[in-house]
Amino acid sequence: MRAGRIGAAAIVLSVLLFLAAPILIVVIVSFSSATYLSFPPPALSLRWYQTYFGSSEWLVPTGLSFVIAAAVVVLSTVLGTLAALGIARLPPALRAPIAALSLSPLVVPAIVVAIGVYYAYSRYGLVGNPVGIVLGHTCLAVPFVVTSVSANLAGLDRRLEQAALGLGATPLGAFRQITLPLIRPGILVGALFAFISSFDELIVSLFLSGTGAITLPRRIWDDLRFALDPTIAAVSTLTIALTLVVLGSVHVARRRSERLRTGDARVPG
Amino acid sequence: MTTLADSSIEAVGRRWPRLQTIPIGPLLLVAPLVLYLLVFYAVPVAAMLSRSVTDPHWTLANYTRLATDAVFLRVLTTTLTTAAVVTVGTIVLGYPVALAMARSRPAVTNIILAVVLLPFWTSVLVRSYAWMVLLGRHGLINEALTAAGIIDTPLRLLNTPFATHIAMIHILLPYAILPLASVLRQIDGALLRAAVGLGANPWGVFRQVVLPLSLPGVVAGMLLVFVLSLGFYITPALVGGPRDTMLSMLIAQQVDLLNWPYAAALSATLLAVALLLIGMTLRLPALRQALRGVAR
Repeated sequence: MRAGRIGAAAIVLSVLLFLAAPILIVVIVSFSSATYLSFPPPALSLRWYQTYFGSSEWLVPTGLSFVIAAAVVVLSTVLGTLAALGIARLPPALRAPIAALSLSPLVVPAIVVAIGVYYAYSRYGLVGNPVGIVLGHTCLAVPFVVTSVSANLAGLDRRLEQAALGLGATPLGAFRQITLPLIRPGILVGALFAFISSFDELIVSLFLSGTGAITLPRRIWDDLRFALDPTIAAVSTLTIALTLVVLGSVHVARRRSERLRTGDARVPG
Repeated sequence: MTTLADSSIEAVGRRWPRLQTIPIGPLLLVAPLVLYLLVFYAVPVAAMLSRSVTDPHWTLANYTRLATDAVFLRVLTTTLTTAAVVTVGTIVLGYPVALAMARSRPAVTNIILAVVLLPFWTSVLVRSYAWMVLLGRHGLINEALTAAGIIDTPLRLLNTPFATHIAMIHILLPYAILPLASVLRQIDGALLRAAVGLGANPWGVFRQVVLPLSLPGVVAGMLLVFVLSLGFYITPALVGGPRDTMLSMLIAQQVDLLNWPYAAALSATLLAVALLLIGMTLRLPALRQALRGVAR
């Protein structure tokens, strides 16, 4: 029995190693001093980070990806939050089709969305144009906001809002003073996921970026087809670090939402 | 703590929605998003798909042609085989991890969850690159095997079906683990103790109690991984073999050739299969619950 337990733990550990190792190796390679990929690195250096930070070929796409992701966050958060509030108040017969439409970009294969928007946007000069990428990425980001705000709303006591109305608040006042503060964590989580989804998105960008709007993932993709130099490892490590920061913020926002919902300072879990 | 005030507020609340038969307010709230998605997503995708039946005139020829198209049939076989291998691989590797997550102390569960979520939220592009670093001709695995004296010449690992399979299993493993763990966590511990009390050994408990009760999670995870595998583009394009074209890659190639009717017919086929499988997943209540664990 003891041997069985140790065996099971060994299996679980090796699968976890399989999950984590490739990512850790990219991080280690990014600090290598060698001009080729070698492991373990002969010596540590920051030269690939210097290459990245010293090259407009990398910094311009990075800047563009940030700008696009920021615009996507604003658009998808406003549209998605309003829709989640509406969906929660709709009768079930109307709720189902509207929820299906807003969540479908998660399910429709990315290539189908990508060539669909490419087909239509190209007629209006939206290919090779950051505006086109923002419009396309927003479709993909909206489901994250809708699910996150909806989950937050589902845990909300509707009587709080009704009490405010009963006490003489206007509908807008009740929303601003009661509902909005309570769903703010859900909105924040949705916005953060929307940010990552746009910042990392490649397939739609591949078709919409043309030659005039090269995003960071598109730049990495172009580079990967020719060379495997460790600059990409440095860029990857930076995006992994960014993802960790964003996920950390999500975690904090969720804990705060739990605290608000339970009205309790002690947070379980 | 139901007080009179509470129940009267509830009564007011219950009366409220009935005052208005058409929910104008909620409709106004969803209208911007619905309009946005129709204009910038649904209509573009539908317009593109319609090319498959309107080009050069109303016809189903673009679909009937697929049945005898050697390229399509080869790509379809590759896509389905890859999806099947990846699905089995993720379930086999994911099950023990999900079981460990469900059965461990909260602290251990949280550590496992962090290890599972780190790759989950790392971009597919970065993870595909990681496998290029590992599997390349001068990649880490070849270097290590050469250094250990096991091989003399580097093995061809990158740009093979094997590379596609292992990288996709790595990328999709969290999608199998999360629904499985959520189903396994709901299994009543009393059932396991009862089985032990009735004389079952650990393997018997697993085979006769845990495994059957976790089947909804297994099915949910398998359907999800299978659907996602069907649409994979980036990973097979970067680490796969030159001949192992997947459906998404064929679609992209046809768009580059401006062969819209064919690309549209392929897209419609891919979309139909994906929606069918997702529809099946959502129909079963146990699976819907399991999926909710993923959406969070």
